[in-house]
Amino acid sequence: MNPTIKITNLSHSFGKRKVLRNLSLRVEKGDFFIIIGPNGSGKTTLMKLMAGILRPQSGQIEILGRLNRSYTPKALARAVAFVPQRLPVDLPFTVGETVLLGRAPYQGALGIEGEEDIEIAKQAMQFTEVDHLSGATLGQLSGGEQQRVFIARVICQEPEIMLLDEPTASLDLAHQVKVMDLMEKLKVEKAITVVMVSHDVNLAAMYSDQVLLLKEGEIVCIGSPSDVLSFRKLEQTYDCKLLVDESPLGGFPRVTLVPGRYMESDK
Amino acid sequence: MTANPPRIIIRLIWTSGLLLVVFLAAVFAGISAGSSGGGMLSVLQVILGKSDPDSMLHAIIWQIRLPRVLLAALVGATLSLGGLVFQALLRNLLAEPYILGISGGSAIGAITGILLGLSRFPGVSLTAFLGSMATLALILVMTSGQSVMKKESLLLSGVMVNAFCSSVIMFLVSVTQDAKLHNIIFWLMGDLSTADIRQVGILAGMLLPCFVIIFWHSHAMNLLLMGKEMAQATGISIKVVTITLLVTSSFMVSATVSYCGLIGFVGLVMPHLLRLILGPDHRILVPACILGGGSYLVICDLLARTLPQQGELPAGVVTALIGAPLFIMLLKKSGR
Repeated sequence: MNPTIKITNLSHSFGKRKVLRNLSLRVEKGDFFIIIGPNGSGKTTLMKLMAGILRPQSGQIEILGRLNRSYTPKALARAVAFVPQRLPVDLPFTVGETVLLGRAPYQGALGIEGEEDIEIAKQAMQFTEVDHLSGATLGQLSGGEQQRVFIARVICQEPEIMLLDEPTASLDLAHQVKVMDLMEKLKVEKAITVVMVSHDVNLAAMYSDQVLLLKEGEIVCIGSPSDVLSFRKLEQTYDCKLLVDESPLGGFPRVTLVPGRYMESDK
Repeated sequence: MTANPPRIIIRLIWTSGLLLVVFLAAVFAGISAGSSGGGMLSVLQVILGKSDPDSMLHAIIWQIRLPRVLLAALVGATLSLGGLVFQALLRNLLAEPYILGISGGSAIGAITGILLGLSRFPGVSLTAFLGSMATLALILVMTSGQSVMKKESLLLSGVMVNAFCSSVIMFLVSVTQDAKLHNIIFWLMGDLSTADIRQVGILAGMLLPCFVIIFWHSHAMNLLLMGKEMAQATGISIKVVTITLLVTSSFMVSATVSYCGLIGFVGLVMPHLLRLILGPDHRILVPACILGGGSYLVICDLLARTLPQQGELPAGVVTALIGAPLFIMLLKKSGR
């Protein structure tokens, strides 16, 4: 069976700066795949390439067994949905209208929404628990609610693959867990393949099936959380002191940052 | 359960129907008023063909007032639609063809065409279009690399482009030794009085297809409000949509400029007002801007004709008197 996403020898640069160097990887169907790495390691670029927003300069990206260049924009949007890091929270539409925009890949040019589209949007809003906010505008919502509205919008898009760029970055602890639980539920109940960029190695440890550790556009390691999130690999990649032990919840690693003052004795 | 027509279609019919009534009322008022008089009743008789076809009023209405009112309607519709499109593409509510300098660029092109002795159609229309494309390219270069065009840089680049355009226009005017200099200046300020019905027909032939193209892209404009990346990931081909909309709207703005000069701020006032009343959905706003913008300029022109005791004002003066204060108000509000 074809992998859901297959990337072969992918390289990309912005001007002279090489952002991704000769990357190859596979994401299997139904995986929760989390990409971690220091700032500037190429996480967001990789995600935009997978979403078809950027064109690969060299190398290939296959989505569901077909080169992503061979899709029409609408067909690609039916296979892959994308939530960027910065959400357009100044969007003038109501929550309900925003979620309905996700139906565009299934509609004609004018996006005339039928009963079915409205029903799918309703269910998506129930899934992410924002249905009671349907008439509100985005500016009135909290960060966590806004994030859930845009997740409902991509659910509405009924994709096989969901790409999310740091969806938990600006959320408080409760909302972080809520969003991550939601993505896990999507994976389990709807068999959607979830690919996510995160800065939080502990969230990656808790939720992912596969972790990709990137540094300066190259793959440091790819595999299960306990393989990738080892003391040595993390310390090399992030260039800082940390402790790794097993989480008290069991079954996955826990990463603890070490403040500078604990280092003084080493000097 | 029977399938009801989708809600959006019902809303579209309602809003367009209501605005059509407003539009027809404005057109009727525009035809009725004038220095040569004629009460509403006798005007109605003329329109319905129940009057003497050789009468003075008959000639005035069909040959002078009607072309002028229809020209005002077409120009108003185009300019407010142009404003709506630029506001969506640049994600900036202050964008408008006049403020961006696109009208100014068309004016340079149009004057060059006039000075070269070209006919209004297709010669002057073509040079005006080239002028608008040149300014559009200039604006895009100046603001490239910004995902959302910042309010300040938009205004600054617009002011600069406008200042440049007006000095070029002044230069062109000052080297002209044409006895029709007065006409050129009057035209520059937005003059609707020179229309005859044939010219209005040609202009309509250029503009109506543009209206259809823009309406066809109205849902894409909704999606574009989410930002380019998200719109792309929702199945919009950003490059195709952006280029189509920019070229189409620049073309129609330059066409109106070549016929009646610079009429500013229509593209700011109407989209803003209609957005307040009807909400942000472009599928509703595009037809609303066509009908509403048409009515608005017909009424502005009516004021321009009837307010002064003697003679008349260019319509562009009236639109600027209304639009410029609103622009300042919007700027202040959005700065908060």
